[in-house]
Amino acid sequence: MSTEEALFQYLIRLGDNALILGQRLGEWCGHAHQLESDIALTNVALDQIGQARNLLTEAGRIEGKGRTEDDLAFFRSEMEFRNNLLVEQDNGDFAQTIARQYLFDVFQFHLLTELSRSSNEFLEAFAKKSLKEVSYHRKLSSDWMLRLGDGTEESHNRLQQAIDILWPYTAELFEMTEADKVLMELDMVPDLKLIEQKWQAEVPSHLEESRIRIPDTKGYMARGSRDGHHTEYLGYILAEMQALPRSMPEAKW
Amino acid sequence: MNTKDENDQGLLWEVFVQAKPGIPHKHAGSVHAHDAEMALASARDVYTRRREGTSIWVIPSHMITATTEADSESFFDPADDKAYRHPTFYTVPEGVKYL
Repeated sequence: MSTEEALFQYLIRLGDNALILGQRLGEWCGHAHQLESDIALTNVALDQIGQARNLLTEAGRIEGKGRTEDDLAFFRSEMEFRNNLLVEQDNGDFAQTIARQYLFDVFQFHLLTELSRSSNEFLEAFAKKSLKEVSYHRKLSSDWMLRLGDGTEESHNRLQQAIDILWPYTAELFEMTEADKVLMELDMVPDLKLIEQKWQAEVPSHLEESRIRIPDTKGYMARGSRDGHHTEYLGYILAEMQALPRSMPEAKW
Repeated sequence: MNTKDENDQGLLWEVFVQAKPGIPHKHAGSVHAHDAEMALASARDVYTRRREGTSIWVIPSHMITATTEADSESFFDPADDKAYRHPTFYTVPEGVKYL
């Protein structure tokens, strides 16, 4: 695998995570339980969409076939998407959205921290810029984890249920492919085992503090996104996100 | 925190934003929140998303004591004819922006 090919795959993976999570969070616009949370969630959504634009633009440039960010976002099908299964999961209630965000924020925070030392100029600059945004996301979601988990009986039960649903989707965040190996050799990307160690050092203790227990999945953890196999949700997300550009490819704002 | 002002949206907090270092914090509006950290975060998201601020203060609205309409005459009218209290009798050094 050439460096360009590996880099393209890696950028698509990061870009799709940001894009799909941004799209999911955007669904909250106008629907959150209070104005403050509505704006907070859509601010995070906009940060993610902004990151997706940078990443997909760079992916298109590296690929060298003239594809733009829009081509990559709107004219790829489900199996060509490489976002992690976690980010495409249903918004559910507020607790489920916060739980998904928290599990992902901690991952993204440690990944970007390492990527800000990348030997690749784009990844280094991208990570340094995005780390400021993601540090705030991580603070926001980890505060809410405490508040909901150690809050009322209702909020605690809802957050526990959310973690029960989402926990099986956390392992594949750290799954590596040929692309990781190629780029690791060049000091462009970190070993995801290292990110997993940092994530494991942070998440279980914060869950405990939030009075949330980690579910026993009896060894089962979902996987598939690295090969383009997704859960039922991604198809619906793409249908909504891509409908307009696909029916009117020349449409402009 | 439980006070008579709390409802299921949380407590009401007043938000003060400082636009630049060195100038006073100015009232920007209010947010609902269940604790101070959340009030700060919400204030950040609601009032500084377009680079309006460098610092934020939040304070529970019920902690603010305000004058009332009935106080107006005794509080403010006596200052009306005391122009000599204005500090207009010396020159402001050049370069002082926020006096």
